[in-house]
Amino acid sequence: MTAVFKKLNTAFGRIFSDQQKTISYRSQHPFWVIVQKEVMDHINSWRFVILLLLMLLTAVASLYTAMSSLQSAITEDTSTPFVFLKLFTATDGTLPPFITFISLLGPIIGIALGFDAVNSERNRGTLSRLLAQPIPRDYIINAKLVASLLVVTIMVATLGMLMMGLGILLTGIPPMPEEFWRVFFFLLVSIVYIGVWLNLAIMFSVKFKQSATSALSSLAVWLFFSMFFSMIINVIVVATIPAHIAGTDQIIGYQSFVQNLLRISPSQLFSEATTTLLVPTVRTLGPITVEQAYGAIAGPLPLGQSLLLVWSQLTCLLAVAFIIFGLSYVMFMKQEVRSRS
Amino acid sequence: MAKEKIIKLDGLTKKYGQLTAVDQLTLSIQRGEIFGLLGPNGAGKTTTILMLLGLSEPTSGKAEVCGVDPTFQPLLVKEKVGYLPDEVGFYENLSGLDNLLYTAALNGVDSSVAEERAKLLLEQVDLTSRAYDKVQTYSRGMKQRLGLADILIKEPEVIVLDEPTSGIDPEGVRELLALIKQLSQERNMTVLLSSHHLYQVQQICDRVGLFVEGKLIAVGPIKELGYNLFKSDPIRLEVEVEPIDEQLISAIEANQYVTRVDYSQKRLLISCQQHIGAEIAGIITKHGARLTHLSQHDYGLDEIYHRYFEEGR
Repeated sequence: MTAVFKKLNTAFGRIFSDQQKTISYRSQHPFWVIVQKEVMDHINSWRFVILLLLMLLTAVASLYTAMSSLQSAITEDTSTPFVFLKLFTATDGTLPPFITFISLLGPIIGIALGFDAVNSERNRGTLSRLLAQPIPRDYIINAKLVASLLVVTIMVATLGMLMMGLGILLTGIPPMPEEFWRVFFFLLVSIVYIGVWLNLAIMFSVKFKQSATSALSSLAVWLFFSMFFSMIINVIVVATIPAHIAGTDQIIGYQSFVQNLLRISPSQLFSEATTTLLVPTVRTLGPITVEQAYGAIAGPLPLGQSLLLVWSQLTCLLAVAFIIFGLSYVMFMKQEVRSRS
Repeated sequence: MAKEKIIKLDGLTKKYGQLTAVDQLTLSIQRGEIFGLLGPNGAGKTTTILMLLGLSEPTSGKAEVCGVDPTFQPLLVKEKVGYLPDEVGFYENLSGLDNLLYTAALNGVDSSVAEERAKLLLEQVDLTSRAYDKVQTYSRGMKQRLGLADILIKEPEVIVLDEPTSGIDPEGVRELLALIKQLSQERNMTVLLSSHHLYQVQQICDRVGLFVEGKLIAVGPIKELGYNLFKSDPIRLEVEVEPIDEQLISAIEANQYVTRVDYSQKRLLISCQQHIGAEIAGIITKHGARLTHLSQHDYGLDEIYHRYFEEGR
């Protein structure tokens, strides 16, 4: 009797307490060991839960605003057959649509996942212990980036699928293959965009010893681009506007000058890329003359053409991400390792 | 049996701009030896250790650990050397065992072997009962012991401990040092430890090296060090007198065998070439002071250290 009781007890003990549990690493390779550990850390952390809740809220809110305006959006605009995509872009004016939400939330996700990547290890005193193991030094920073990107990918993919799934349930309209691919590329661009901010945050986490400082500086850069940057551009526009009413060429030249200035901001690149991808009727991102538009057949662009239109935006975003990561890589490799200082 | 030199340093120098942190360090350590690097904070102990592990590049000079140059092949060195940094840190949200398993995985230890080995090590450092608790619940001494298990999991030939006893209570220090000694004997492991706690190092080190401002000013067993250093005045007398004044001190200093007199808290420390206790007592009574205590004083590491430190300046 007691034996049975004992057995039951241990069995229940195993179920109800997480004692006796150890982490087993799937890979033999140290790089993937670090990646697994980092992903685990992210997923077990409160910040991941908070970010997930934020994303869930985003999905619900943007679906709500899309649903309440979908009817009018369809009746107003009959030029496009892509009704499903409107779920991501339509708004009734009370709440921003999904793409705006992402361009707002994306940086937060990136910064939240990266701002203490390196300096927290340093402050906990684990960095010097880690560096004393027989692994190349760059494994640490590379693995951290890969792990955070994996987490971002999971988050964005989840969010995208959630939006699509709920959209299908609520509207009863299934997406066409082209719509699916457009959403797919949109999510891909979103990951790259979040990656830019993630890299920026990682760079600051290498640079600054205090996590608070690196978080603040990442947020400062984000605030600069989301608020002050357009103001500065406005000032420049007012100062440099041609005095006389000039010829068409000059006006177009000036217009593209201003647009290129705006494109310094990653969020501008992102919004141009995503708008083009999700609104197939967008045919050009620059100024267009009546002569150019004359004779054009009104209708949506095919996916290939839309992609071609935003190719440079996508390349720029990727380039920015790579440059920032390169900087943090060099900084990390050159940094003197002392415990906790 | 000629003893194998497992760590060889030759003219190792590290400069940070104008500052020379380590200056022309030449030193060799034999296999199985417990070597203590002694010196005040900022003497260049940690810098030396970092260069040994290939975590920092020497400005000039050469190091060799287990037959490998750590500057060019740091990974090979790190496979064979376990390094316990000053104020070691762990992932606080993981259990002690999980922390060990992570290190094991990074060292390419197969997961089936790793768990067994980790548990054995935890037993050796007396943490078995806390193996599944999160590290954030551990005390300082427990973390230090976990650190010891952590560097042993890769089965190193050499372990390097940077200030292993800092911030631990005396009893914990005693246990930790005994553990280090025991482990090094069991595994024939070379131990290099740095410290500024002289007496602690005295307890377990076969040899010590004294470090002051980047220079290694003496190497050897502690007794030898003392003998060499105090050749000129091998005897030291400790005298308690009341009252002490300038005249008394100068009267003692006038004796031909006395080399120096130090004064601290009602005590006189008299360094002299011969045992002249009787003469000193005579001088004191003649001076009209009351002698309450007179004894011969052995040179501890403290004095050695102090003396060297003064000279280093």
